[in-house]
Amino acid sequence: MSDLLAARSQMAVSLAFHIIFAVIGIAMPVLMVLAERRWQRTRDPVYLDLAKRWARGTAILFAVGAVSGTVLSFELGLLWPGFMELAGPIIGMPFSLEGFAFFTEAIFLGVYLYGWEKVSPRAHLLAGVLVAVSGAASGIFVVIANAWMNTPTGFTLTNGSFSAIDPIAAMGTPAAFPQALHMTLAAYAATGLGVAGIHAFLLLRNPTSAFNRAALTIGLLVGAPAAVLQPIAGDIAARYVARRQPVKLAAMEALYETRAGAPITIGPGIKIPYALSLLAFHDPHAVVQGLDAVPRDEWPNVSLVHLSFDVMVALGTYMALVGLWAGWLALRKRDFATRRRFLWALAIAAPCGFLAVEAGWMVTELGRQPWVIFGVLKTADAVTPMPGLIVPFTAITLLYCALGVIVVRLLSRQIVRSPQA
Amino acid sequence: MPSLADALAAIILASLTAYVLLGGADFGGGVWDLLASGPRQARQRDLIAHAIGPVWEANHVWLILAIVLLFTCFPRAFASIAIALHVPLTLMLIGIVLRGSAFVFQNYGGGGGRVFATASLITPVLLGTTVGAVASGAVGEWGKGKWEGFYGGYIAPWLTPFDLAVGLFALAAFAFLAAVYLTLEAKDAELQEDFRRRAIAAGAALVAMAVLGLAVFPEAPPVNQRVVALTAAAALAAFWSLSRRRYKRARIAAAAQVTLIVWGWGLAQYPYLVPPVFTISDAAAPDITLKLALIAVLAGAVVLFPSLYYLLRVFKG
Repeated sequence: MSDLLAARSQMAVSLAFHIIFAVIGIAMPVLMVLAERRWQRTRDPVYLDLAKRWARGTAILFAVGAVSGTVLSFELGLLWPGFMELAGPIIGMPFSLEGFAFFTEAIFLGVYLYGWEKVSPRAHLLAGVLVAVSGAASGIFVVIANAWMNTPTGFTLTNGSFSAIDPIAAMGTPAAFPQALHMTLAAYAATGLGVAGIHAFLLLRNPTSAFNRAALTIGLLVGAPAAVLQPIAGDIAARYVARRQPVKLAAMEALYETRAGAPITIGPGIKIPYALSLLAFHDPHAVVQGLDAVPRDEWPNVSLVHLSFDVMVALGTYMALVGLWAGWLALRKRDFATRRRFLWALAIAAPCGFLAVEAGWMVTELGRQPWVIFGVLKTADAVTPMPGLIVPFTAITLLYCALGVIVVRLLSRQIVRSPQA
Repeated sequence: MPSLADALAAIILASLTAYVLLGGADFGGGVWDLLASGPRQARQRDLIAHAIGPVWEANHVWLILAIVLLFTCFPRAFASIAIALHVPLTLMLIGIVLRGSAFVFQNYGGGGGRVFATASLITPVLLGTTVGAVASGAVGEWGKGKWEGFYGGYIAPWLTPFDLAVGLFALAAFAFLAAVYLTLEAKDAELQEDFRRRAIAAGAALVAMAVLGLAVFPEAPPVNQRVVALTAAAALAAFWSLSRRRYKRARIAAAAQVTLIVWGWGLAQYPYLVPPVFTISDAAAPDITLKLALIAVLAGAVVLFPSLYYLLRVFKG
């Protein structure tokens, strides 16, 4: 394994691990707050129990998210000093703002977790709301920094270094809005349907549990609307990619030749005529740039990007359909807990959002290669000169595997195991 | 007239100071968890877990803030530190991950108490070692043909007596702060006495490490005599307050002592950020970045300080 590949693998493992905790950290506080609000309104102890269990789960996940996020902030420099030296002044701004958002999140999570008896009910609920808001803000700031790597703006490039930099323009990079929207919805959809799906599975075994019913409803309340809206956000994102990173789009769709009326290729063989032109430019005859437009050494790994993209779209479509189904049942005021087919569909959706998040990040990160800053700096030119990078890569991978196992074990003990009532 | 870059360097140092005073004490708590002993061993550990629980994550963010501001405002310095100190920084990160996750696992019934305590012991040493490597000029002189090969390039620069002495010094300082703070957290006299004795022992270790560190510094240490005198005065005040059981005063004196040590380091290497190559102004990002970073810090402070005050008022009385 070359040092470059080891560095990329370490970054990939660190991001793939952290993103699960980040996504849950963004959405879980919303569920927690909704449950606590219902408890304050109805005084039904099921909701208090839920809020407390979810808070305990959030505590575990947030801690692991916080430390794995710290690892990433250092790794940016440890693995990619060339990137940080060039990009630090221009994308430091969203990272600095993220620092303060994260501060707010950590402070009020402390108040929320340990303050049940120490602050008034209203202050406690407000602390939860602040955790939810600052969690979403943290996520958005980090995604903005990533968006800049895809569509770098706000500088003049002369001889490999930046001049006339404008960090505000950099934050307004064209990819910022579509990426932030897509990622934030992904967090709510994955976590909401994840929670609802787990409790759907438990309801299949024990259909009368009030606890599982309440958890399922709140999970759907957050997850279903986000899952239904996500294809629209995905469409916005894809159209930006078509204009700003045509090579990435070509890799996503495995389009080797530039052509008008381009088809969509699903998997290796199935083609839907005109569909790509229609989706990317909302015109069936639009010309879509293929991979042939750039030299071979500027292609990303086409088969991986294309596969990841198809996986993401398939999972997202399934989740959107489950979300619509939930909406339909809710409109007709049907009881979710007695619809076994729906519960099975929802249980299957539980892991889908997280897999889709991973696949989506593989699309955007692998699709940007060989660039770290698209069109400006190659990943190979940014890597640290330190040899033997396979050692830290292995160490971080083993560490995260062990943590993953422990977290799953603890969560199943803390949250999932329903009260026997 | 201090420049904009000086102001941001001072903010980074202030952020590191807050990390040392707050996050450092959380690591120190882990050290006392490891060294918990005697008839009140379990109660000591409970007190420590109780004291750290609500605040450690917020305390930890000071380190992230310092790092983010460093790479935003002084990207060359960040890149050179990240290359030369890759090994100890990666080890420190593993320590941070183990400490944080083991602490929360332990709180939620997953065990891991020994991992939490052991990581709390090792992480401060690595943090101090990296500071020592910057201060002694090992990072600045990196890659100038002085060291060859992997060992020479990535291990030897920080595996020096001085850098390790700074590492142990940091450990003693964190343990000292934690023990002093815990005298105030303890609700009964016996536990207070336990941590009072520990505070005095750690304070003595801190003084010993300071003397050792100065003795093994490569050249005549460029320390500011007035800061040294003030630090010594604060140390005496801390010892005196501990011996008289005036714990609130001891906390102020101990925090002042450690703050003076951190700022003494900053002043000693001013105007260098990474001696002997980058001064603060050499390593600084363009003015527009510095201005915006300053605005972000000021705006962030408006949100941060009231929130932090609220957190500490709720949990630390």
